[in-house]
Amino acid sequence: MAVDDPQAVDHCRHRGRLAALAIAVVVIAVGVPLWWKTTETYRAWLPVTQINQLAQLQLQLSVEVEVVFSRGTLTAEHQKKIDPTHTRLEEHPTTVLRYRYETRYRTATIMEEDALNQPTAAETDQSLHLLSESPCGSVVIYVVPESSTLLPEGVSVYVGQRRTALLRAGRPMRVGIGLKEVLAHLETQVQQVLKVMSFSHSDITAALSDRVRLDYSSREGLADSMRAFKSSPGYEITFSLLNPDPKSHHLHWDIEAAVQSYIQPLLSKLAPVADFSLDSQILYYAVLGVNPRFDPSLNAYTLNADSLSHVINPVEARLGSSAASSNPVLNFLLYVPDARHSPLYITDHRKYTVVSNAFSSPRWGGIMVYNVNGTELPVHINIDMTRVMGVFLAQLRLMLGVQSSTPPPGFLVGPCGPAGLADWELDRLLWSRSVENVATATTTITSLAQLLDQIGNIVINDNIAEQVSAAVASLQLAVGQLEAGNLGLALQYSKEAILHSERAFFDPSLLHLLYFPDDQKFAIYIPLFLPMCVPILLSLLKMAAEARQRRRERQDKKE
Amino acid sequence: MAAHRCNIFMLVFVLCGLTYVFVRADIEDTNHVKDAESVAVDIAPKANIGASLRSTKTEDQTQAAEEERQWEATEVKEADRVPDTMQTPDVPPLTPAKDQFQEELVIRPLHSGDIYASFQFRTMWDTDFLRGSKVSHYRLFPKSLGQVISKFSVRELHISFTQGYWRTMQWGQPFLPSPPGAELWVWFQDTVTDVDGAWKELTNVLSGIFCASLNFIDSTNTVQPSASFKPLGLGNVTDQRFLRYAVLPREIVCTENLTPWKKLLPCGSKAGLAVLMKSEKLFHSSFHSQALHFRPVCQDWKCKSTVWELRQTLNVVFDLHTSGQGKREWSLFKMFSRTVTEACPLASSSKVYVDVTDNPQGELFELSPTTPLLSQAVVLGDRRTYSVYDLTNQATFGQTRSLNMLLRWRAAESGDMLRPLLHGERYVAGYGLQTGEIHTLMYNNHPYRAFPVLLLDTVPWYLRLYIHTLTVTSKGRDNKPSYIHYQPSKDRLRPHLLEMLVQLPPNSVTEVTMQFERALLKWTEYTPDPNHGFYVGSSVISALVPSVVAMDTNSTRECPLFSSFFPCKEESSYFMRVYTEPLLVNLPTPDFSMPYNVICLTCTVVAVGYGSLYNLLTRTFQVEEPSPGLAKRLANIIRRLRGVPLL
Repeated sequence: MAVDDPQAVDHCRHRGRLAALAIAVVVIAVGVPLWWKTTETYRAWLPVTQINQLAQLQLQLSVEVEVVFSRGTLTAEHQKKIDPTHTRLEEHPTTVLRYRYETRYRTATIMEEDALNQPTAAETDQSLHLLSESPCGSVVIYVVPESSTLLPEGVSVYVGQRRTALLRAGRPMRVGIGLKEVLAHLETQVQQVLKVMSFSHSDITAALSDRVRLDYSSREGLADSMRAFKSSPGYEITFSLLNPDPKSHHLHWDIEAAVQSYIQPLLSKLAPVADFSLDSQILYYAVLGVNPRFDPSLNAYTLNADSLSHVINPVEARLGSSAASSNPVLNFLLYVPDARHSPLYITDHRKYTVVSNAFSSPRWGGIMVYNVNGTELPVHINIDMTRVMGVFLAQLRLMLGVQSSTPPPGFLVGPCGPAGLADWELDRLLWSRSVENVATATTTITSLAQLLDQIGNIVINDNIAEQVSAAVASLQLAVGQLEAGNLGLALQYSKEAILHSERAFFDPSLLHLLYFPDDQKFAIYIPLFLPMCVPILLSLLKMAAEARQRRRERQDKKE
Repeated sequence: MAAHRCNIFMLVFVLCGLTYVFVRADIEDTNHVKDAESVAVDIAPKANIGASLRSTKTEDQTQAAEEERQWEATEVKEADRVPDTMQTPDVPPLTPAKDQFQEELVIRPLHSGDIYASFQFRTMWDTDFLRGSKVSHYRLFPKSLGQVISKFSVRELHISFTQGYWRTMQWGQPFLPSPPGAELWVWFQDTVTDVDGAWKELTNVLSGIFCASLNFIDSTNTVQPSASFKPLGLGNVTDQRFLRYAVLPREIVCTENLTPWKKLLPCGSKAGLAVLMKSEKLFHSSFHSQALHFRPVCQDWKCKSTVWELRQTLNVVFDLHTSGQGKREWSLFKMFSRTVTEACPLASSSKVYVDVTDNPQGELFELSPTTPLLSQAVVLGDRRTYSVYDLTNQATFGQTRSLNMLLRWRAAESGDMLRPLLHGERYVAGYGLQTGEIHTLMYNNHPYRAFPVLLLDTVPWYLRLYIHTLTVTSKGRDNKPSYIHYQPSKDRLRPHLLEMLVQLPPNSVTEVTMQFERALLKWTEYTPDPNHGFYVGSSVISALVPSVVAMDTNSTRECPLFSSFFPCKEESSYFMRVYTEPLLVNLPTPDFSMPYNVICLTCTVVAVGYGSLYNLLTRTFQVEEPSPGLAKRLANIIRRLRGVPLL
């Protein structure tokens, strides 16, 4: 039976069209969201805008400076006129660093005057410290009259053990001179003092070397900046005694006492910077990687500075990296050459023997060669720990980045106390460490955010988001504290930021995501999607074509 | 060997037993010697450090001076000590040093013609790992291990890597039993709060130290045995909450595991007995097992303070008989392709022992160079005689300045081996891939004594044990275990743990059977080679076994009547651990391309169904004129060609 009725045919067509449309709507409205929802990966919210903001790394460091005028350095008239506070802002356009020096001027109290009347600078320093405790990161400068006998001849600045400095006032105060000139003259000197006692621009840029491209003026500068360890929440210090010939050398080293008396004071002083753990071990039959050369002129074996780079690798296999923690290890090796290769000296590039007979490897540690002379084997040797620890202590300071920059002319640096580290030296370290920590944590967080942004397949769990948020919060706090000049808090927050950011970055859940490469995904989807979508698309196209044709026909009719 | 026959002087044994110090003058031997009236015996239990405490000799030994053999007391080479309460007292260190190191090598010709070589290195250290103070100074003790121990508050640590299976019936008992693969068991200090976390981290760290796959230890293969693994060192913590035990039967042991193990020795492989450890020789063997045991032991016999003992052992069985063209002879050089030239200068004692028990008259084999030093000890319940080479003594090395022991067999037959009193076997029975049955056989070969054994079985969760089918039968009768500890498994969380105390009747085979069902794993849970099968770790049989020595004295040997009425309980048994074979079980394995096929097939089916539905809904149907038949069409074609009107 043929359906001849064109109306019925049309009706059928219409119904078919509606059905196709309905199916398309259902597929788009229900199917697509369902598929999207079921194949979605869980991605917790990350504070991306804040991270981007932090990535700019706009840091402002504030230093509180107190300038105390002792009697005879300021006229009474000036004393009245002097503005008690003064703020100087220093901007460095190449980096985005800003330094703010808040200077407060005041005259010395009576007790301070008494202290300043002590016979020597060191005693003055001691008694000034008893009077007041200045907070971490601040500097107190006492201006003493030129005639003062506290400072030796030719010395204009004495830097004490704590955070105080004595500054010899310039020319004798003439009556006619204005306050502005006096202060301006003082200002340059104060700046110099601050460069020594607090931080200099080069220190800070060195700490930011990961983030800011620097043009090192010399190779020396580069080597200096690379020598110290990267900032880390903890360090493992390992002293190893290498005895390649235990048969003939019976070595004894009293490492426990030596560590207690030499290393521990420094480390307890450095406790705010990082946690330190100390170990020592004796390695037998451990040999250096290079055969020393016999030098007839010295009647000794020598290790050239060029070959030192090959010394470490074979030893390192025996040292045993710390299995129990992931902190960087500082190795200090004491090498006692065997009888056949002794005495052994390290020579520098110009073939002169190095006095300390020791060398250090940047960001790794130091090696010292300790020669023993025993004619009759076996010999019992008690190692002179004072000599050894002197070398290791110097190397440790280098490795930890305690800079011992040479002070500018006219400066006298007071002897440091039993800890081997003056307060202002610690402050210097804290400044650069907190800036470095902030920079490192920011880099970590930024790169994590970038990575997560680039790879959409990674599941971001809530704990990672929490860590990231915590890191961002601590970073903001650290930056804020740096701005406020609270150095101690800034360091603490920056350490927290590092911890959180590392924990987020190295979270194992970010690793074991199930990667489905796109081509494989489509290989699975195509058998389903192709037969489903093609009829829908075709019918939609057909409908569109028909509609267009009908419109054209209608237009034709009108014409 | 003639020396022995000539004039045996006298014997005084200072025997350190497993559980006690037992001194006993063997009267039988004194009967041969006429003048043995004044023998001073050094009963101090210093024997344990093997410090050659020789029995003091009397004045009448001059006649035999040139040919006598000296006897020295040695420690019992028995690795698995019975629980803490019965600890052998250790010796005060002879030197004021807080740590000391000893090394020794025992070579035992086996009855099968193989050679068993067992190295033991012991480092003792009087320190406090748990003081919590961060500074620690290592001398002989390896730093990497010490740090791990103090970080995780480990009380006892036992780890072994074994390649090959110890054939108890052919080889007798090993000094240190170990299951094939890797075994790790750790007692933590009772101060540890999160034992599982510490265990997880510890396994990861150890896997880094030993280059092994210990990181595969997780909750699915870790158990807490209630009775089988008691602490071997001091300490009265026996709460199994602090114990973790895991076995990886699949672990392959090779050079990369040996190198870090050697690095823990103070002399490395540069001096001492460790120079013999050349990996290409050690791994070209029938059996290789390296182990590390860390535990607290007594400092002196009063046991007022404890010291930490690190014992590194390496056991190898060489099959020299087949590789040596049927010649039965061996030498150090042949075995290890090295000879010993010096002792480790750091070692307080360094010795090589050769088991010459079966060769008292020198009729079986010839050992050269000869040594005047003999030592007798009760090892694994059997009285053994050893030739001792003291490496700290320069005379041992002779003119060539190197020691290369050579043993040449005279007789082709090496006599009968005493059957091991206890041994175990295990196999899977059944067919198909749905169910199966695990059979564990325990043999008690003692002629007249029954003894109890502790059986420990850990079965992975994917074998679902039917615990109600557990039967224990010996001699055809039901044998009811006096203690059963069963912890059922949880899927993907923990394995089955079954511990039983079973009494083994004399001269019997006890069979433990249990049925299981094989689970279907998720497809990502299969190993890369699933058709190889899945390993089930060895069962562990721990027992106090009646001693062979006790067996001898009661029946065959002539001894004073007053001494032998009541069998002495202590001597009559010793602790022993036997591992059965690991099982290899096939699980139902799917076709691994299946998921993709399933996806494609379902998608296609869905697409076809959807397509027809879609067509039905959207198409309009018209009935067409039925098409003309074939004949008509052909006719029409012809008509068209001819120009005639169509039909």
